[in-house]
Amino acid sequence: MAVPEESPDLTVAHEAAQAEVPPELVAQTFGEYARGWLARLRAGQSGVLPVVVGLVAIMVVFEIISPNHVFLSAGNLVNLFQQSAVFMVLAMAETFALLLGEIDLSIGYVGACGGVIGVQLVQPVTTNWPWWAAIIAALAFCFVVGVIQGTIITRLLIPSFVVTLAGFLIFNGVMLILLLLGPFSGYPNLGSESTNVKVLFDLMAGTIDPTLSWIGMALVVLGIGGIMWFSDRRRRKSGLVAPPVSLTIIKISMIAAAGIVVVFISNVNRANVGTLEGVPWVVPIVLAVLVIWTILLERTRYGRYVYAIGGNAEAARRAGINLAMVRTIAFGLCSMTAGVGGLLYASYIGGMSNNVQGGQLVLFAVAAAVIGGASLFGGRGKVIHGVLGGLVIGGIYNGMYLQGLDVQRIFIVTGLVLLAAVTIDALSRRASISSSAGVGR
Amino acid sequence: MAQVTEAATATEPLLKVRGLDKHFGPVQALYKVDLDLFPGKVTALCGDNGAGKSVLTKCISGVYQPDHGQVFWEGRPVHIHNTRDSARLGIETVYQDLALCDNLDIVQNMFLGRERLRRQLLDEDDMERAAAKTLADLRVTTVRSIRQPVASLSGGQRQSVAVAKAVMWNSRLVMLDEPTAALGVNQTKMVLDLVRRLRDHGLAVMVISHNLNDVFEVADRLAVLYLGRMVIQDDASNFDRQSVVEYMTTGGMKRDGDKASA
Repeated sequence: MAVPEESPDLTVAHEAAQAEVPPELVAQTFGEYARGWLARLRAGQSGVLPVVVGLVAIMVVFEIISPNHVFLSAGNLVNLFQQSAVFMVLAMAETFALLLGEIDLSIGYVGACGGVIGVQLVQPVTTNWPWWAAIIAALAFCFVVGVIQGTIITRLLIPSFVVTLAGFLIFNGVMLILLLLGPFSGYPNLGSESTNVKVLFDLMAGTIDPTLSWIGMALVVLGIGGIMWFSDRRRRKSGLVAPPVSLTIIKISMIAAAGIVVVFISNVNRANVGTLEGVPWVVPIVLAVLVIWTILLERTRYGRYVYAIGGNAEAARRAGINLAMVRTIAFGLCSMTAGVGGLLYASYIGGMSNNVQGGQLVLFAVAAAVIGGASLFGGRGKVIHGVLGGLVIGGIYNGMYLQGLDVQRIFIVTGLVLLAAVTIDALSRRASISSSAGVGR
Repeated sequence: MAQVTEAATATEPLLKVRGLDKHFGPVQALYKVDLDLFPGKVTALCGDNGAGKSVLTKCISGVYQPDHGQVFWEGRPVHIHNTRDSARLGIETVYQDLALCDNLDIVQNMFLGRERLRRQLLDEDDMERAAAKTLADLRVTTVRSIRQPVASLSGGQRQSVAVAKAVMWNSRLVMLDEPTAALGVNQTKMVLDLVRRLRDHGLAVMVISHNLNDVFEVADRLAVLYLGRMVIQDDASNFDRQSVVEYMTTGGMKRDGDKASA
């Protein structure tokens, strides 16, 4: 053992690796955690911080410049969330493809097909399906479409970019055909008195009673907070790697604060005439998609394999993982989630028409996921990144709309934000590569 | 030659290869190769580029199927058709590229493909405890946290994680492909210490290496391949640097006739 030589070498390794190690893994106290977090920040490994800072900046800037400072008014914030919801859900869908290092360009129109199917099936004058059956049919259609595209990609080894580009065109056409079915001249809508149809209409804007909103929020916060608290405590007790108590408390408090703010804002009467209050249904829908997919990706074998394939497909193959199966299902789940987005879109518009900009939707979905912090190169990203990125895009859209700015300016600004997000991703990647290069890799 | 070796070392080999042939089209990669790997011993497999070291390893691990020849595991003849067969016997290979996922942490990598579940969800606590125990047994202690991503590890640490991953599964034979290539002096020392610890745990270890420094530092036995033939296997103490180089580059033709006859 050449001890005198060994020590400097390991020190170098540790210092270079410092920024790569998430601080909650090694910190025993909050002070240590904060120092580790700052080290990561300097190395460009900051997790959701840039997108959260971006969101705050968007809010501050638009609140100052918006006419009569309406940007942060309750009515506009709820509106903003509803406008962002389709971007968020589509971005969560795209996360499945991005994690594998693939892309799905078809989800805009595949999701729209799901929306059209849902709207068509509940029409009282034609099929008159119950709303739940229509939703299941729409999501099943999208899932099957995704599985078929995924099968072509994984079994015939054709790049996902090409296959889903073809899917983009095909399902644009399919959507137009589906729209023309029935006696609606291509504009099936949800403006019916029937309570069955109204369920789909209310997916986006229908509100939950204010008291129920508080109770539901309290249950959700207690549930998530309780799980975090007890699992962290169990890990601390059995001596496993666990964050300090103070950090657990801070995280739970932040979740509770977010819940209270959302319900408080939503419970303000937003109507100019009459009453419009309570949390819109779209909030629990987005939350449910977020929670279910987060559990799938971070707490199940399947999710672990998705990350493994995105990180090193060859290692995953040698570990005995069925790559084709995992990939194919991921494309299915991606399209199915897009179907949720399509149904929300239909609910927002109050029907479906050939005005759906499927190409724009998919580009915004990819942009939202990347702005939120998912990597285009696979293996890095979380479902929550799609939600945060969707809020950024929705915020820009909404804020510039309030300014009365044209759509062309909105595109330019959104493009610049995307460019900034990708640049941050690439720079942090380079920073982490050069820091590890120093330790003999 | 094989009888001589067995007489010299009293124990029965864990793995015996007899008369293994493998060709790829017209190229004869292995020609009537014999090999003995003993529990609690480090065997270094040496040979020049193209001597057939990798092919022999892959025949043992089930990646390739030999054309002729027999493999005996604890004296019983076995047929290894794929890597799952070899894993079931307790044979693990650590390839040169390590096959680790940079974006996953140490525990996640060690359990990749064999995750433990509790109520359908990943049982992270149980996996972390088991991984920590394996790393502690092997005295891999330089990592800051076993929950750090593999991307943040040094080369030697990555090699250690790959080895720990291989021995976690009650494996009895571990084959390491060039474990010290591309490592600095201290990192190499760390990995060689780890190899010795595997031997002390009673595992049979085969190290493929070009580096004669490493070979003489860690190996109990040497086996030298030359153009697809096993030219000699013997205790490391019966070799010196000069003789190994000669076997590797000429197949030992210049030496006494009895050793070149294989």
